[in-house]
Amino acid sequence: MINSTPDIPVGKWIKCDFCGEILYKDHIRQNLNVCTNCGNHFRLSARRRINQIVDENTFEEFDADMLSENSLDYPDYETKLEQLREKTGMNEAVKTGVGEIEGIRTVLAVMDGNFLMGSMGTVVGEKITRAIEYATENKLPLCIFTVSGGARMQEGILSLMQMAKTSAAIARHHEAGLLYITILTDPTTGGVSASFAMQGDIILSEPNCLVCFAGPRVIEQTIKQTLPEGFQRAEF
Amino acid sequence: MSELTAWDKVCLARLSARPTTLEYIECIFSSFIELHGDRAFGDDKAIVGGLALLDDMPVTVIGNQKGRNTKENIERNFGMANPEGYRKALRLMKEAEKFHRPIITFVDTPGAFCGIGAEERGEAESIAKNIMEMTNLKTPIISIVIGEGSSGGALGIGVGDRIYMLENSIYSVLSPEGFATILWKDSARAQEAANMMKITAEDLYKFEIIDGIIPEVNGGAHNSKEETAQKIKEVLLKSIQELNKKSVKELQDERYEKYRKIGRRM
Ligand SMILES: [Zn+2]
Repeated sequence: MINSTPDIPVGKWIKCDFCGEILYKDHIRQNLNVCTNCGNHFRLSARRRINQIVDENTFEEFDADMLSENSLDYPDYETKLEQLREKTGMNEAVKTGVGEIEGIRTVLAVMDGNFLMGSMGTVVGEKITRAIEYATENKLPLCIFTVSGGARMQEGILSLMQMAKTSAAIARHHEAGLLYITILTDPTTGGVSASFAMQGDIILSEPNCLVCFAGPRVIEQTIKQTLPEGFQRAEF
Repeated sequence: MSELTAWDKVCLARLSARPTTLEYIECIFSSFIELHGDRAFGDDKAIVGGLALLDDMPVTVIGNQKGRNTKENIERNFGMANPEGYRKALRLMKEAEKFHRPIITFVDTPGAFCGIGAEERGEAESIAKNIMEMTNLKTPIISIVIGEGSSGGALGIGVGDRIYMLENSIYSVLSPEGFATILWKDSARAQEAANMMKITAEDLYKFEIIDGIIPEVNGGAHNSKEETAQKIKEVLLKSIQELNKKSVKELQDERYEKYRKIGRRM
C-alpha cells in the first residue's frame, strides 16, 4: 500500500506529507482530516473547517461578497483573483462570521491557504477587523484559525498596515475583557504571525505546524546555515 | 515634486552616509540618556532608546540604529532587530506611558532580523505585541521614517498618532529584493519592484497613511544633517503641541481611526 504505483485512482487516495503513508480519502474525511497513521493534520479549506467546528446550521457568514481592489495597479492582479475565486469558490482568503460551538455563540475568522497562500491584503484585514469589532460590540468570544504566508505583496504597504488595523481591534477586544483564542494551522508566518495570530489569550496549534516570522528558506539564505530538524514547528 | 524614481530613493535611503537615529538624536535633543536591555535576554544594539529633552520637555526616544561603516554595522546588525530589541522598545514605551511622556520613534530598518535565535525567542510575538500595545498606549506617539521602513520590523516601533517620512525615505511591505524574490523568484529585479511597489513618501501621503513629508536639502539628508534635524524638530514640536491638547481617550480613539480607515470598505 505504501508504494505510490500509477494504478491508484486519482482522487480516491491521498498521501500524508508527514509520514508518507498513502491513505484512503474517505477514511481521512471520517477522521476529521487527520492522518490515521501518524496524526498529522491535513490542510483544510475554510468551508470544511467551519463545518467541522461550528454546530450545524448556526453559522452566519459576514461580508462574503467583499472583493479586493488593485490599489498598486499590480499587473494581472485582478485576473489572478478572478481565477482564484473560480477555483476555490471563495471571494477572499478568509471566511468570517458568527456561530455556535457546542452551544456557545462565538465569532470566527477562518483563513484559507488555497487563496493566495492565505495572504493578508486589505479585504482579509477588513473582514477580520469587522469580525473582531462585532465580537467586541456583542461581548462575544473570538476564535481565529490562522494559515498565512504573511502580508499580501500585491497590495504593498496597505497590506502591511492591516497588521496595525487588526491589532488595534484585538486590543479593544482584550480591553473589554473578552476571550480570544487563536488556532495556528500550517503554515502561520510573516505579517499574520507578527500580528493577530500571536495576540490570543490562548494560542493553540495543530501538530507539526510551521509557526514563524521568517520562513526557513529565508533564514537559511540569510545566515547560510542549515536549520535544526523540526525548527519552527509548533513542538519546537 | 522630485524627479527621482522610487529606486533612486531606495538608494538614497540606504546610503551609508545617511544620518542615523543617534545622529538625529544628538542634533534634536539635549541630554539624551540611553537605556539598555529588555530585562529578560539582553541588549539589542539594533534598536536604541532612552530619555531626552526636546527643548524643555521630557520625551522618550526610540529608533532603529544602523551603522555608518562595516564594523559599526556588524555591531548594530545592520539595523535589523532581534526580539529583545522590540521588547526593550516596549518597556521604554510603557515607562513613557506611566509618566505620560510623548514617545518619538525613528524608523530605519531593512526589516526584523531573520535568524535562528530571533525565531527561537519569538520575533513574531515580540512584533505582534508591540503593534498591539502601541495602538492603545495612553500617551502621544510620533513616528518619523528617516531611511528604510521595511516590513513588520518597521511597524514594530512605527505605530503612532502622527507618522511622517523624510522626503527620500521609503516605507514598504518588504524590501524590494524580498518582494521580487517572492513574486518573481528573482531578487535581481529589485529595481523594477521598487518602482511599482508605491513606497515613496508621496505614495504613502496619497494613501493617507502618513501625515506629512519632511523635506530634505538638495541631494539628500546626508548633505546637511543639521538642517534636516532642524526640520524634524519643528515637526515634532508642532505635533506634540497638538497631541498634548487631547485627552487620553481622544488620542486612543483617533489613533484607532487612523488605522481603521486604511483599506476600509463601506
Ligand atoms: Zn501521516
